[in-house]
This record gives sequence, structure tokens and C-alpha cells, in this order.
Amino acid sequence: MMQAADLAAIRAIITRAKRWDMFFSLLGILSLMVGVLTFTVLFVDMAIQGVPRLSMDFFTSFPSRRAENAGILSAWVGTVLVMLVTALSAVPLGVAAGVYLEEYAPKNWMTDIIEINISNLAGIPSIVYGLLALGLFVYYFGFGQSILSAGLTLALLILPVIIVATRESIRAIPRSIHEGSYACGATTWQTVSDHILPYSSAGILTGVIIGMARAIGETAPIITIGALTFIAFLPTAPFAGDPPAGLFDWIFAPFTVMPIQMFNWTSRPEAAFTVNAAAAGFVLVFMTLAMNGLAIYVRYRLRKNIKW
Amino acid sequence: MSASASEPSLSAPIGTGVSDRLSKKASRHVKERIIEALLFSAAAFSVFVTVAIVYVLVKESWIFFQTVPITDFLFDTQWTPLFDDAHYGIMVLLSGTLTSSGVALLVAIPLGTIIALYLSEFAGFKVREIAKPFLELLGGVPTIVYGYFALTFLTPILQKVYPDLPGFNLLSAGLVMGIMIIPYVASLSEDAMRAVPMALREGSYAMGATRLQTALWVVTPAATSGIASAYILGISRAVGETMILAVAAGMQPNLTFNPTEPGATITSNIVQVALGDLPHGSIGYQTIFAAGLTLLLMTLAFNLLGYWLRKRFREVY
Repeated sequence: MMQAADLAAIRAIITRAKRWDMFFSLLGILSLMVGVLTFTVLFVDMAIQGVPRLSMDFFTSFPSRRAENAGILSAWVGTVLVMLVTALSAVPLGVAAGVYLEEYAPKNWMTDIIEINISNLAGIPSIVYGLLALGLFVYYFGFGQSILSAGLTLALLILPVIIVATRESIRAIPRSIHEGSYACGATTWQTVSDHILPYSSAGILTGVIIGMARAIGETAPIITIGALTFIAFLPTAPFAGDPPAGLFDWIFAPFTVMPIQMFNWTSRPEAAFTVNAAAAGFVLVFMTLAMNGLAIYVRYRLRKNIKW
Repeated sequence: MSASASEPSLSAPIGTGVSDRLSKKASRHVKERIIEALLFSAAAFSVFVTVAIVYVLVKESWIFFQTVPITDFLFDTQWTPLFDDAHYGIMVLLSGTLTSSGVALLVAIPLGTIIALYLSEFAGFKVREIAKPFLELLGGVPTIVYGYFALTFLTPILQKVYPDLPGFNLLSAGLVMGIMIIPYVASLSEDAMRAVPMALREGSYAMGATRLQTALWVVTPAATSGIASAYILGISRAVGETMILAVAAGMQPNLTFNPTEPGATITSNIVQVALGDLPHGSIGYQTIFAAGLTLLLMTLAFNLLGYWLRKRFREVY
């Protein structure tokens, strides 16, 4: 027979264990709150400092020695052009590599090396890519400190992200789709181009957006290749200028990008430049948040709509 | 189909029809092969990137080590590559890297692990659906913005607590870096915990264990290899982080393990040298490649360690 004292002891143990459970739940929520709170404070602080500085002039002026006249025209134009180069080089390359590894690659040592290598590349610090670009693109290929060098550097940096996203979204397609296609006599490429790529495009798009959001904020590798911090002119538009520029002359132009402009203003002691840095930072965070939000939305829609 | 439509193919000589189709098949085969080769070269390109990284770093460092003996590089206690009396002691930069990474990991590992345990074992579906994308956003904020935050927001607050704290210090940079790394640690650890089979938890609950007991004594041991590789990813992020330190920790080389002092890390030193316009081929230019090679070797060692831990402690169900 169980004694009343034993029962009381067991109840005490249960109460204590439950209290610990509660305590840990609270600790978990608290830890999450540290992250949430930091992000909120960061965003609000920057908004309070920077938003009053945001005006049309801020987006249409070049940087200046006088803080109140300075703007981010050359920075955002530079960012857009660099991203264009990055997207045009990283997306085809990354998707092709992902498709190869999922649909073509035989199981052999060569495939193993490529796979290990890709996960290794994802772990290399971004500044090392900057050094690679400095040695290879800037001096060895002679691209100089140009939009082309920066775009290619960031393309290398986000290549693993795009490859992994491509592979994951291809893997989510049921085997039966492949088998149905092959049973109708389609070749591997016909299967890939008519079925695999269309069905995985939303997932690939998510990965591309996340990769690009990361590339927009990357500062260190671009500083390493020697991007200038003070640019008061825009790259020449295609077919403009004298003598007329070609269609792609802008890719060899010197440039600056948003995060470098922000770094430049942050490292100045005057308070007025700190305000400029806050404003540029606000635009930058807003852009990356918008892109990440878009990626999350695309993924959410995807999960909702596709029921194999 | 009318009968007349099938007439021509019947009246055509059988031989040409077959060879036509065969040649079409052959050309189709060639096209497939070309596409496969193109896709393969895209995949192999990633190997080329690695080779290029190693080649560029080793080549420039080789020239560097012709002038500077490797013992000086490893054991000298000063880093003054641009002075007349030049010293090249990587220890100085390494101490900054280790100190700031240490502070960051003291923040990121406990918080990241608790968040992972909470999300995987305690939180309801709704909380997880909201928290995970939010953590992703936290990881997506550009690091230059974190640097700005550390310098202009956190340091002044810390200075109210420690009035002697200099405006540039490793502490504030390390703390913010820790917050930045939380998402990486948390989401990878959570993936590892969620991969633990439900039956293990059910067994534990059936024995009368509480959620916390199950989480700590059943789920965590079963997910050790995944959690360990999450930590290692966190470490290599901390070691490779650049802009937070370049902005908030000052870029003064300083042999110290005291986080309340300013200091330069391997990464922020590369940024500093790259900002000053160094002539291609000078010794100053080569120092950043030697520093970069050190960084690459460190992250490579961590990656290998993570790989080994995953293999060694992997629980297979």
C-alpha cells in the first residue's frame, strides 16, 4: 500500500519538475526576446536617427564633404549595377551546377569532391573571397577595381547558396515526375527543361533572393578589392559620352556601393556624418528586409499551393 | 486522322525513314552529351574557385615568407608592417580574433542552444512558424549595420556601466557579433534536435520524464553531433566576421586578451590595409595574403573538425 507520505513526496517531485519546465519555457522565450529586442532596438534607433535625413535629395546627390549636402546617388547606382553583374553570373552557374549534381552526377569520387567542396566554400569567410578577387580579377585578369570585379566576387560568394537552394527544391519534386517523363521517352535534358526546372523555379527563386540579399550587404570583400569610398560621378550610360561608350563600358567603371558608403560615413568622427550613416543604413536594412520578406512569402505561397 | 495524311509515310522508302530517325536520335544524343558537359563544367567550377583561392593566397604568401622568416611571423609580439621598423607577428592579430570570438561565443552558444531547445521541444507550431523566419531576418541584417549599432548604440550604454571603456573596444563588437551568430547556431541545432526520432521522446515521456528532462537527457545527447557542428559553424562565422570589428573595435593592432581594450583582428587588419592604397607587389600588399592564408587555414581546421565530429558522434536510427 502506498503511504500518504509517499504520495506527498511524489506530488512534491512532480510540482518541482513542472516548475523547472515552466522556468525553462520562460528562459526560452526570454532568449528569443533578446534576439527580437536587439533587432527592434537596432531598427528603431536607426530609423529615429536616419529617417529625418531621408529626402529626395539624399537619393539624388553625390557624397560631399559637407554632411548635409551628401547623398547616396553613386552608392545606390553602384549597388544596382554590381547586383546586376552578380545575378547574371551567379544564377545560371549556380542553377546549372545544382541541376548537374541532382540529375546527372554519377556516384563517384569526382561528384564527392564537388559536393564536399561546395559545403566547404560556404564556410570560407567572405573576406577571403575578397583576397581571391584582388589577386585574380583585379590584377591577374586586369579587370581593375571595377563593377565587373565586384560583381564577380559577390557571385562567387553566393554561388553555394544558389546551388544548395536549387538542389533542395529539385529534391522536393517527387520521383514519379521523373519516371513519368522518362517513360514517355524524354531525354534527361527534356525532363529537366520541361519538368524539373519549371516545378522547382519558385524554390530556386527563394534561394536567389536570399543570396542577393546577402550580397547587397557584403562590405568586406568589396573593400578588399579596393573599391573607392568617395565617388562623385556615375558610370557612363551605354552609348553616351564622347567618344560614345559601348553597351558594356560601365562594367569597367570605378564605383562605390551602399554598405561602403555607410562604412565611410560611420568611420568619420563628426555627428552629422553619423546621421548620414544611419540614413544609409536604414535604406540598406530596408532593402535586405524587403528581399528576405519576399523570399519568405514566395516560400510560404509555394508550400501552400503545391500538393504533389 | 484522314487516310491521306498517313499516305506519304507509307509510300516513302522504308530505309530513308529509319536512317532519318536514327540520325535524329544520334543528333539528340550528341546534344544531350553537350548539355551534360556544360552542366558538369558549371559544377566543376566550384572546385576551380577553391583551387584559385588556395593558389592566390599561397602564391602571395610565398613571396611574403621569402622576406619574413616564418618564425618571426608566428612568434613576434608586434604587428607593424607599414612602419620603418617593421614587425610581422600574427599573434597580435590572432589575440584580437580570439578575444572577440570568445565574447561572441559566450553570447551565441548559450542563447542559441536555449532557443533551439525551446523551439524544438517546448514551443507550439505557431510560435515556431513566427520565430524561425524572424531568426532568419536577424541573420540577414548586413554586418556593417551591426557594426554601426555596436559603435553608436551599445558602446555608449556599456560606457555608462564601465566609465573607463574606450570608444572602440572588442567587448561591444563581440557582444553584437554574438547576437549576429545566434541564428546560425539556433537554426542548425534545432534541425539536429528535430531529426531525433519521436519514438525516443515517447519512450522518455512514458517513463514519466518531463519535457525538460526529455530535452536535456534524451534529445540533446542524441543530437550531439548536429549541435556540435552548429557550434563549429558559429565559431568559423565569428573568426571570419569583419565589418563589425572594423567599425566598432578600432583597427589598432594590440596584443591583448582583455575585451575592454581596442584591438585589430586578422580580418579587420585586411580591411585597414586594403583601405590605404597599397602598391601591388609591395610587402604591405603581401601581408594581407599571409593574414588571409592564416584565416583560411583556421576555418579549414574548424570545418574538418566539424566533419569529423559529425562522422564520429553520429547516431544512426
